[in-house]
Amino acid sequence: MAYAAGVDVGSTQTKAVLINENREIVGRALIDTGANVVMAAQNAFNEMLRQSGVREEEVEYIVGTGYGRYRVTFGNSQVTEISCHGRGAVHMFPNTRTVIDMGGQDTKAIRVSPTGEIFDFCMNDKCAAGTGRFLGAAAAALEIPLDRLGPIALESKKPVRISTTCTVFAESEVLSWLGKGKKIEDILWGVHQSIALRSVALLRRVGVEEEVTFTGGVTRNLGMIRALEENVGTRLNVSEESHFMGALGAALFALDHVIAGRAPRVSAEAKP
Amino acid sequence: MIITAGIDIGSTYTKGVLVDDTDKILGRDMRPTGFKLIEAARRTLEECLAAAGLNEADLNYVITTGMGRHMVDFKNVAVTDLTAGARGAVTLFPNTRTILDVGGQTMKASRLDDSAKVRSFRLNDKCAAGTGAFLEKTARYLGFKTEEISALLVTSKEPVPISGVCAVFAESEVINHLSLGTPPADIMRGAIESLSDRSVQLMRRVKAEPEFTLIGGILRFPIMADAIKRQLGCDVNVPAGEMVQFVAALGAALLGQRRLRRLREEGAAAAIPQPAYRPD
Repeated sequence: MAYAAGVDVGSTQTKAVLINENREIVGRALIDTGANVVMAAQNAFNEMLRQSGVREEEVEYIVGTGYGRYRVTFGNSQVTEISCHGRGAVHMFPNTRTVIDMGGQDTKAIRVSPTGEIFDFCMNDKCAAGTGRFLGAAAAALEIPLDRLGPIALESKKPVRISTTCTVFAESEVLSWLGKGKKIEDILWGVHQSIALRSVALLRRVGVEEEVTFTGGVTRNLGMIRALEENVGTRLNVSEESHFMGALGAALFALDHVIAGRAPRVSAEAKP
Repeated sequence: MIITAGIDIGSTYTKGVLVDDTDKILGRDMRPTGFKLIEAARRTLEECLAAAGLNEADLNYVITTGMGRHMVDFKNVAVTDLTAGARGAVTLFPNTRTILDVGGQTMKASRLDDSAKVRSFRLNDKCAAGTGAFLEKTARYLGFKTEEISALLVTSKEPVPISGVCAVFAESEVINHLSLGTPPADIMRGAIESLSDRSVQLMRRVKAEPEFTLIGGILRFPIMADAIKRQLGCDVNVPAGEMVQFVAALGAALLGQRRLRRLREEGAAAAIPQPAYRPD
């Protein structure tokens, strides 16, 4: 059996996925990227191998993706995360036409063809408003762990409207609402709404076509899923693997290389 | 003697200045605004009075300005920070035509006419990248406190380029530079340079013309004024020492004097308001 791997080095977390020839996931790993990006890629890859029980030499091709894709020193090639998220999303949910990827430092809206090729994309990469960082800032300001944000926000009965655009200013806005006696769940739902509104604006720029698949680290936040669904006006495809969609897409590209490499190399022989 | 107070409730600091009818500064005070704006404004006024050896019965008029100007319940009137800043700047530097005010959460550029009226202005108040918050964040990513920025800047030899597009994304940039072994001072200096780039862009949008007067808390870093001067290619006025942070409060207090003078000239001497300030 041959194996192919994808390593997605994100701004906040590094993901690695290992698939077999049948395009089944046989191993995966998730670690914090931290300051040493090269080490993060290596550690995620090793952890993925450990989980799958597959030996390193059995992995025939490795594709790096994400903002740190060129720091995957052991990678055979690199593919942009936009292509990888599109590919992964269509593999997991074949009717996907629009992808919204929300990560630690950017949010991307991607339109894909039925085969997973990219038609158009749009990203929020100049400003942290509307990205996972906005949630991170709120979590830090309220001293609540990141994974509790969604469940708490969903308790909201009287949402607060967050008016600031900038993530830095939102931190002080969150605290000032708290000072005015607003409930934490109402402030947090306001934060989720604010991010959802920005993401929907991004989606509209590429055009929303169903089905919509949600990918990236923020997919683990139930509150964000709900807020996006309310604002987009449709259900989102989300699965356990959504967080790993970029790495999965990269692994699928890697497998393409493995399969292409087996084709008879007639032209190589013909060269002088 | 007619005493007026100007209180500038900014996003980060609250500043107060007390002046008499000869426009002489009698007292001033500055403290963090925090989340209790009214309390900060009240404390500032009390400290100004104490510094001048006066009490609230001596006070004739209170003008507030800055972000929290409308929240203060003991004011006689509120004026915008642009109007107050213009009055203060023109008093210190009579030939001022362009003012740049860089504070904790806003950056403002305004152009004045011959009578110190604001003709046009531009604000950067939606994004932290053009404000003091950018420096504060950069310092925090570097592991320094805001108060340590001045001392750190002095040791810089050569600034590294910091893109200054987003105060949040600056974190990755800072970490990258640190991992390459760049001294923190040079990174901090790079952040100042990026802020001064933004200032000059904002000033160009109001069709800035000399003389330029730079005010606000961020101008307490001389390197900031130097960078702006270099980019503008001409000299700039910067109020000396701590005064750079008090210009809008001073302007507000002086506007109070002017208003009372006008009331008197209009023959409404009896109409000079009683002190509105009542300590609880």
